[in-house]
Amino acid sequence: MRALATVFLKELLENARDRRTLLSALIIGPLGGPLLFGTMVNLTLERGRERADQPLELSVAGRAAAPNLVAYLEREGARVRDFAGDGAAAAAAVRDKRARIVLVVPGDYGERFRAGEPARIEVYTDAADTSASTDRARTGALLRGYGAQVAMWRLEARGLSPLLAQPVVVDEVDVSTPAARALALLGMLSYFIVFATLMGGLYVSIDTTAGERERGSLEPLLTLPVPRRSIVLGKILAAAAYMALSLLLNVTAFAVVLRFVRLDTAGMALSLGAGTALAIFAVMLPFVLVGAALMAIVASFTRSYREAQSWLAAVMLVPTLPIMFASVFQVASRTGLMWVPSLGQHLLIQSLLRGEVPSALHVLLSAGSTLAIGVALTAIAARLYAREKILG
Amino acid sequence: MIVLEHLGKRFDAVEAVREVSLEARDARVTGLLGPNGAGKSTTLRLLYGALRPDRGRALVDGLDVAREPAAALARLGVLPHNAGIYPLLTARENLRYYGRLHGLGGATLERRIDELGELLDLGALLPRRAKGFSQGERLKVALARALVHSPQNLVLDEPTNGLDVLATRNLRELVRRLRDAGHCVLFSSHVMQEVSALCDEIVIVAHGRVVARGTPDELRAGVAGGSLEDAFVAALDGAGGSG
Repeated sequence: MRALATVFLKELLENARDRRTLLSALIIGPLGGPLLFGTMVNLTLERGRERADQPLELSVAGRAAAPNLVAYLEREGARVRDFAGDGAAAAAAVRDKRARIVLVVPGDYGERFRAGEPARIEVYTDAADTSASTDRARTGALLRGYGAQVAMWRLEARGLSPLLAQPVVVDEVDVSTPAARALALLGMLSYFIVFATLMGGLYVSIDTTAGERERGSLEPLLTLPVPRRSIVLGKILAAAAYMALSLLLNVTAFAVVLRFVRLDTAGMALSLGAGTALAIFAVMLPFVLVGAALMAIVASFTRSYREAQSWLAAVMLVPTLPIMFASVFQVASRTGLMWVPSLGQHLLIQSLLRGEVPSALHVLLSAGSTLAIGVALTAIAARLYAREKILG
Repeated sequence: MIVLEHLGKRFDAVEAVREVSLEARDARVTGLLGPNGAGKSTTLRLLYGALRPDRGRALVDGLDVAREPAAALARLGVLPHNAGIYPLLTARENLRYYGRLHGLGGATLERRIDELGELLDLGALLPRRAKGFSQGERLKVALARALVHSPQNLVLDEPTNGLDVLATRNLRELVRRLRDAGHCVLFSSHVMQEVSALCDEIVIVAHGRVVARGTPDELRAGVAGGSLEDAFVAALDGAGGSG
């Protein structure tokens, strides 16, 4: 016990002086995710807002043939510009980004309109340009609105009720809560949290295993009258402590950053107050032992610092895979999934962010199984360090 | 006192140690001499418990390293081949770490570190981080670390590797002082002058076997040329046929 504490404290101290550990555990791991996340979400939201606020810019070719349509568009707030050229010129202009949307009114438009036949209007737009999607939707809605109005006038002029043209009324009722709408974005949040947690212990794990061997300090350490499992456990717990620190900073940083992201203006609500942040930290905490033990195991097979670095970077991806899987396939929270480390934590974090209180069974199942797996992995690591080959 | 009895160790296809027996007595410096690859390091690793022997046993003051590792290793100070220290810790912290792992602590440990500082002339190094230390300085700290628990027996594996003349001389003096204080010192080298200058007893190993042993005088007397080098070469030639 005393030896374990000695090893643990020495690794804490030594790594607190290591610039690489500090950089990964205190800065890159905890702060990188929240800043990236906040910037991305803010940019997306702001772009959507700007488009909706700005008048719709439309280029129209052959507007003389459709004065009423143009008058309608302008009345509805669109800014109409003349466009000289035919369909081919319009296509070229959209492709070269000289115009977002070009309406081409064919020469026979007036004639067909007056005859009561369907009059064609060509809309040129680039569906691959996602920044124009709002404009595209607004243009479509305006044109459909104009068509519906003209249809009504025509029916009335013939003495028929305009309601005849509307046999079905569609009324969509959106039952999603603002929090649920935010969920697509939040799937990424737990991914960042798991990543930051592992990042916090990355260099500690490398340094305490492969690094120690490369420096030649492992062999004298193993000649001490101290059980090897105490040494291994001290090292794993030190890495776990740095992971916990990184996790704490990361969740705090998310809570702060999300204050500046106006998710509510996009109809999304997100609760990451102090209480939720603390709950997320608590739910994630058992995971640090799994992370630290896993890294110790993999590092025990590597021969050099650089080799350990490459392998452990790959290992960092493993616990994020279940989360990616769950996000892509929209996996719902189920009791049967709670025992999987990182997936259970991900599902619990999701429900915490949704403002729900996860069931006690789920929390216990996730924490219990994650801890049990962590202990098993630690035991495996201890066995690996008892091998003669550990000296390299 | 260190006793190795019929040690043998095989790694997959390679029989690194075939049959090594020796006795390193207290108040003596015993040298393990042999060419590179003779099995010196493996023999010492079997002694200090980093490897488990396939055959035979290693005793430290009568305690079997395989059966009572904690008690046996507590009486042994070890300086492995190319031993490193922690560059981000100060020399004192490096020593304190090992002291604590040996069960020492508090004022007793700090006093012991100060003592070692004087013995090994570490004075100015103690409060400094080991990052910028020279090879010789690092070795002194590693040696102090091996002595932190005041072990009766000391094992040094090729300690003079990479040391300059002055540092080598200092090390030699220190080993003599430890011997005169009654300690048992077992050290390995492939440099013959090294061993002849320092050792009371020499054990020559080749191909994992002991091929000759005795005091430097005894070894010299056994060969025609009368020099230790001749004795060394003769012993190796003799082993070549059987190995």
